[in-house]
Amino acid sequence: MRVTFTVNGRKQEADDVWEGESLLYVLRERMGLPGSKNACEQGECGSCTVRLDGIPVCSCLVAAGQVEGREVVTVEGLADFAKQRAEKGGCASGACGTSLQEAQQWQSKPADSQTGENTDLSPIQQAFIDAGAVQCGFCTPGLLVAADELLERNDSPSDADIREALSGNLCRCTGYEKILDAVRLAAARGENRTVGQGA
Amino acid sequence: MAGATRTPTNLTQGGKTDAGIGASTLRPDGTLKVTGEFAYSSDMWHEDMLWGFTLRSTVAHAEIVSIDTSEALAQSGVYAVLTYDDLPTDVKNYGLEIQDTPVLAHGKVRHHGEPVALVAADHPETARRAAAKIKIEYKELPVVTDEASAIAEGAPLIHEGRDDHHSGHVPHPNIVHRQPIIRGNADEAAKKADVIVSGEYVFGMQDQAFLGPESGLAVPGEDGGVDLYVATQWLHSDLRQIAPVLGLPEEKVRMTLSGVGGAFGGREDLSMQIHACLLALRTGKPVKIVYNRFESFFGHVHRHPAKLWYEHGATKDGKLTHMKCRIVLDGGAYASASPAVVGNASSLSVGPYVVDDVEIEAIALYSNNPPCGAMRGFGAVQACFAYEAQMDKLAKKLGMDPVEFRQLNAMEQGTIMPTGQPVDSPAPVAELLRRIKAMPLPPEQQWLAAGESADVRALPGGLSNTTHGEGVVRGIGYAVGIKNVGFSEGFDDYSTARVRMEVVGGEAVATVHTAMAEVGQGGVTVHAQIARTELGVEQVTIHPADTQVGSAGSTSASRQTYMTGGAVKNTCENVREKVLEIGRRKFGTYHPAWATAELLLEGGKVVTDGGEVLADIAEVLEGEAVDLELEFRHRPTEPFDLKTGQGFGHVQYSFAAHRAVVEVDTELGLVKVIELAVAQDVGKALNPLSVVGQIQGGTTQGLGVAVMEEIIVDPKTAKVRNPSFTDYLIPTILDTPTIPVDVLELADEHAPYGLRGIGEAPTLSSTPAVLAAIRNATGLELNKTPVRPEHLTGT
Ligand code: FES
Ligand code: FES
Repeated sequence: MRVTFTVNGRKQEADDVWEGESLLYVLRERMGLPGSKNACEQGECGSCTVRLDGIPVCSCLVAAGQVEGREVVTVEGLADFAKQRAEKGGCASGACGTSLQEAQQWQSKPADSQTGENTDLSPIQQAFIDAGAVQCGFCTPGLLVAADELLERNDSPSDADIREALSGNLCRCTGYEKILDAVRLAAARGENRTVGQGA
Repeated sequence: MAGATRTPTNLTQGGKTDAGIGASTLRPDGTLKVTGEFAYSSDMWHEDMLWGFTLRSTVAHAEIVSIDTSEALAQSGVYAVLTYDDLPTDVKNYGLEIQDTPVLAHGKVRHHGEPVALVAADHPETARRAAAKIKIEYKELPVVTDEASAIAEGAPLIHEGRDDHHSGHVPHPNIVHRQPIIRGNADEAAKKADVIVSGEYVFGMQDQAFLGPESGLAVPGEDGGVDLYVATQWLHSDLRQIAPVLGLPEEKVRMTLSGVGGAFGGREDLSMQIHACLLALRTGKPVKIVYNRFESFFGHVHRHPAKLWYEHGATKDGKLTHMKCRIVLDGGAYASASPAVVGNASSLSVGPYVVDDVEIEAIALYSNNPPCGAMRGFGAVQACFAYEAQMDKLAKKLGMDPVEFRQLNAMEQGTIMPTGQPVDSPAPVAELLRRIKAMPLPPEQQWLAAGESADVRALPGGLSNTTHGEGVVRGIGYAVGIKNVGFSEGFDDYSTARVRMEVVGGEAVATVHTAMAEVGQGGVTVHAQIARTELGVEQVTIHPADTQVGSAGSTSASRQTYMTGGAVKNTCENVREKVLEIGRRKFGTYHPAWATAELLLEGGKVVTDGGEVLADIAEVLEGEAVDLELEFRHRPTEPFDLKTGQGFGHVQYSFAAHRAVVEVDTELGLVKVIELAVAQDVGKALNPLSVVGQIQGGTTQGLGVAVMEEIIVDPKTAKVRNPSFTDYLIPTILDTPTIPVDVLELADEHAPYGLRGIGEAPTLSSTPAVLAAIRNATGLELNKTPVRPEHLTGT
């Protein structure tokens, strides 16, 4: 079958998609967006977390056919997504996340150098680097998407809020302490200020 | 997709020259990793590639009567189906120490999940479905699952006709290796003991559970060779095992490290490497294999489960008199790293304590359980669990404080190990214990004091809302451990680094090329720091790790910063000498300091030790490049004597101490770890931020094995019951407490910069500290990991 949906603000089309294929597979193997990770493909680890119409989901549990006509944001689009949110004053429209209209105007900007230095990063991405929250980094994309969504809802989360929001994302390397630091850091830097519940 | 392939790239990082060693420099791959651009092994991609799939045994021990692949091969989209009969050469086995592991099962399967056949197809699901159509007839055999069944009269031999370098001295062919250590006279010394305690301890089978699955891409080359992009811990060790099976010379198997999503020992053995190459060479097309999580549990070796018997004595004033122990490690169906794990378990079985009279025996079994090999802590973890429980028992019996009791017996620099080896660098065991005890405790159960109801999120059971604080008791426990650093027992352990220095865009820059596996530990960060410190440059490029440069050895045994870091340092020092020679040749006549002063490279300049600037490095190097590849070795070690266990076997030791604070819901048997504090000596923190991250990560893996992690193998069928993240639990952010870290830096004069390997020690003492805290809270004996609710409620 053919599946058409918006990924990081850009219309994408995949042909010959087998009915059982997951959104994760289509993103990684058909659309050249390997940022969402495949650690369990069972909904247990959160490495594959993306936003589907604004809601964080495990893309390994979503059948590709289910996303027909919908909007997906992956870690590859996180920086621009956050930037547009900041420019729009967060949930200015009343609904958190990027509206369909906004998303359709969104253009992905791939990293401009091999190492990605000088790339624009979202506040949460920068905070993960600065806090030392990245080791092997396999859990990182999923955590970033989840943490960004948390900060969108709640710009000054308590530790218990952070733990609750990230409890669906496994990390085997860090012991989570520096991940907590990163979320606290991004919140403290305040660049995510929105009208979420914590504001 | 842009381009026809996705493969690893250079990592370049500008940065101030003071971002050298000792600074918390950020990772050069950090940006790539947070944007999703970093190419992990499962992200490898090639136009026109096929997908490989491995069919695995559904039984643990059986003769293979027949395999019929015809129906699988007839499926549309299937390009190849391979079994043992399709292997191209006479080399059909591989292995780290003993070549006993079949590439594909032949004649027999020896464990549940053993690879039997391979399929390559145009879609992963096509490959999976075709594999399901392969018909295998098994004739099941009785299973060996523990020591009793392994050495019983008439027990099936896991490896018949065994002939390896351990088979001559082991008491039974189902024992992989045996290492006794006898020093002093334990029986005689026991007579001086006022108290004696003994115990039997059981350590469950832990899994590395790295998040990035076993995966990679094999691309057939025009020369009949193959390019392999893969996640591993040691490229050259893989190469040594892969090339003979393929019948290719090593230079025709070109390996490049792809992004590694964690390792922890689980990538020391081969998994899909040979399989992908075989399929690529057979089909003439690039083949990608990515294990799913179920397969990953079968695709790598686990931590050895162990049974340990310990006896200790002490005088009434608290001095240890003697120790006797027996450690039985279950190595499963294939040897993997079992012999070395035995060496570690025996030689570190006393722990960081002074005991002159010991009688020790450690063995590893062959069984039909899943193969076990390397995992963070490598044999020292199991022993630490047992000896620390013993220390608490002794202290309790003597009415002494458990920390003071340990301090009274703590080893120090100069102590003689049970192997006869003197500890010739700082061993601050008592000091680490002092520090951990001095750290402030987390606040008491405040809700109790305030007469309020507790935030259920902070209680055992969490949001399940199983308690409101009634029946919740708190306990505190301590533990300390000793781990060896580097490869031991006479292994010729070396590492290679290639460093190039040249002028690019008017600026002196350095490129570091090694075969070191970056598995998340931060080696790439540290290499750039070392190059900046030694060469005084700002910009350092880290070349992707591959087999075009000499071996870096394994990213394991806490050795990589020591060894490949040491190689980078050593090579940089030689590059610096060459740069200075060029400088002397070009500018020596203009300034006498070139010949007379001690010269350094700093901030892009050549300076004298008095701080006088002689030239820009860029001027010196203009038109010339310096390029060197050198090896680095640590001091030699020797094997342990097979009868007495004596020998200078280890390079270096590392030490960590933990204090755990737990709360237990005694009604439901649920445990919440409130805090796990660590003190560790790291010799020299080359990158303090990464050091703390490593210590916290290791601590969390120890926490996992204490309260939740275990691969459960059915004792009757030897089948694995929980190969998924639904059933094999690793700590989430809700299970993991805050982990305050106190880093001590006492330089080891034998090591580069005085550093001490750090990755493993925090995994050792974390588990027994949590157990001690749970015992302290509940008064129960608890001698098994992981502690499950039924152990706490007695149900
Ligand atoms: S890969 Fe989707 S939750 Fe683990
Ligand atoms: S950094 Fe490796 S899994 Fe989180």
